[in-house]
Amino acid sequence: MEYPYETRSYGRKEAFEIPLDEIDVSNAYWFQTNAILHFFERLRRDDPVHLTVNERYDRFWNVTKYKDIMHVDTNHGIFSSDWTQGGISLANLPMDQRLQMFIAMDQPKHDVQRKAVSPIVAPGNLATMEKTIRERTCRVLDSLPRDETFNWVEKVSIELTTMMLATLFDFPMEDRKLLTWWSDVATSIPELDKLVESPEARMAELGKMLAYFTRLWNERVNAPPANDLVSMLAHNPATRNMGPMEYMGNLVLLIVGGNDTTRNSMTGAVLALSQFPAEWEKLRANPKLIDSMVPEIIRWQTPLPMMRRTALMDTELGGKKILKGDKVVMWYLSGNRDDEVIQNPNDFIIDRARPREHLSFGFGIHRCVGNRLAELQIKILWEEILKRFDKIEVMGEPKRLLSTFVRGITYLPVRLPS
Amino acid sequence: MTQVTFIEFSGKAHTVTAENGLSLMRAAIDNNVPGIDADCGGNCACATCHVYIAEQWQGRLGSQSDMETAMLDFAAETKPNSRLACQIEVTPALDGLVVTMPDGQH
Repeated sequence: MEYPYETRSYGRKEAFEIPLDEIDVSNAYWFQTNAILHFFERLRRDDPVHLTVNERYDRFWNVTKYKDIMHVDTNHGIFSSDWTQGGISLANLPMDQRLQMFIAMDQPKHDVQRKAVSPIVAPGNLATMEKTIRERTCRVLDSLPRDETFNWVEKVSIELTTMMLATLFDFPMEDRKLLTWWSDVATSIPELDKLVESPEARMAELGKMLAYFTRLWNERVNAPPANDLVSMLAHNPATRNMGPMEYMGNLVLLIVGGNDTTRNSMTGAVLALSQFPAEWEKLRANPKLIDSMVPEIIRWQTPLPMMRRTALMDTELGGKKILKGDKVVMWYLSGNRDDEVIQNPNDFIIDRARPREHLSFGFGIHRCVGNRLAELQIKILWEEILKRFDKIEVMGEPKRLLSTFVRGITYLPVRLPS
Repeated sequence: MTQVTFIEFSGKAHTVTAENGLSLMRAAIDNNVPGIDADCGGNCACATCHVYIAEQWQGRLGSQSDMETAMLDFAAETKPNSRLACQIEVTPALDGLVVTMPDGQH
């Protein structure tokens, strides 16, 4: 089934006809219509490292080719992530609104804080979590209505990822919807999406999150160390003396990282398979292809389409002269569609030879810490889907998020056969 | 050509013929050795080709770059003899090399 925005040509003519200097890929509306992919394709062809100056974000470089993105991501001595420089998002927010989280820190502080939480996704712990994930996945799938249209995002993707997050934090399960709310608020651009009224209102909501989690911290700091993220932060020498802004920042990082991302991969996969029905057939004929389909889903969706860096010195990139202090934006979404590295990148292909070579997790020292957990959740979801449903029929057009930071799908109407 | 053996966490051994001049990671991937993920394709950027090298072989390997040290720093289950296979060049001096692997690549 085809819908205007999801056809492969929507926005293509405009993308290839407008003057290059009018291409501003920080336009969130292009993400909402999914036309953004055509604009990136144009930039990769005509101006792979593309300068934009606009009112909202001032001056920034857009890096669109896989290899250039890899170069920026792995040269952390040249390209800083530090929040004091502006951090990882497009805007240079006022200092008191910048999130102090380890993804937005340079070495050495980044390293010790990251290591405080990474054991939660170490191989041994993943094996322990697998049983819980499978039980929940089965329960959620068994509760879905048959022969009736419902929103996959709400009933499956949000439900599964929010429960996972509650487990990682040992957060009260009955309050788990707060985690979804805080995740949405954290990535919100209030002037644009109107999720909350203003940047101040956004910080006020995150303040409520901090208050809730401070209560959990106080309980756990006085208890023996346990295997949840709050306890790990409260007991690790590198993080136990964090100030409130750092605690808040790291909470946002862990909540968004564990929630917005896999949520959208879980939805994007259903959409992708409906657009590429031959892949469904392949999968049913050979369920072992789930292993190579999982990374392909994550490439295809690229739930976090960008990360920003700041140049710490003058440097050169793709023939362009980058000045010290310049913002440099790595568009992972574009690199993941670069045909110099990925063959037929606009096709969803579940049996690629090297499906793991994609940019969605980033590369270098800031590479996604939860990547293997994300893959595990998606793998289990598809194993259990295949046991139950012959098909998942997409019944209408998806709604995409108005955002450049999260490539989200907020609504996907589907129907399961009776 | 150089013979090297990869031993999975489970203990299963895979002896393969590795091409000199290419990386040890490439030898594993090209011979479908399970347990080496190599997500970044050999850019020293993901630490998912993590292996352990027995002491007697250490002197015959190239040195470890700052980037390799930084990436290994984030890998799970590292030991003093941890290396990234993509940063080891296969040479005739490595004939007979045996490497072991961690429980998972992360």
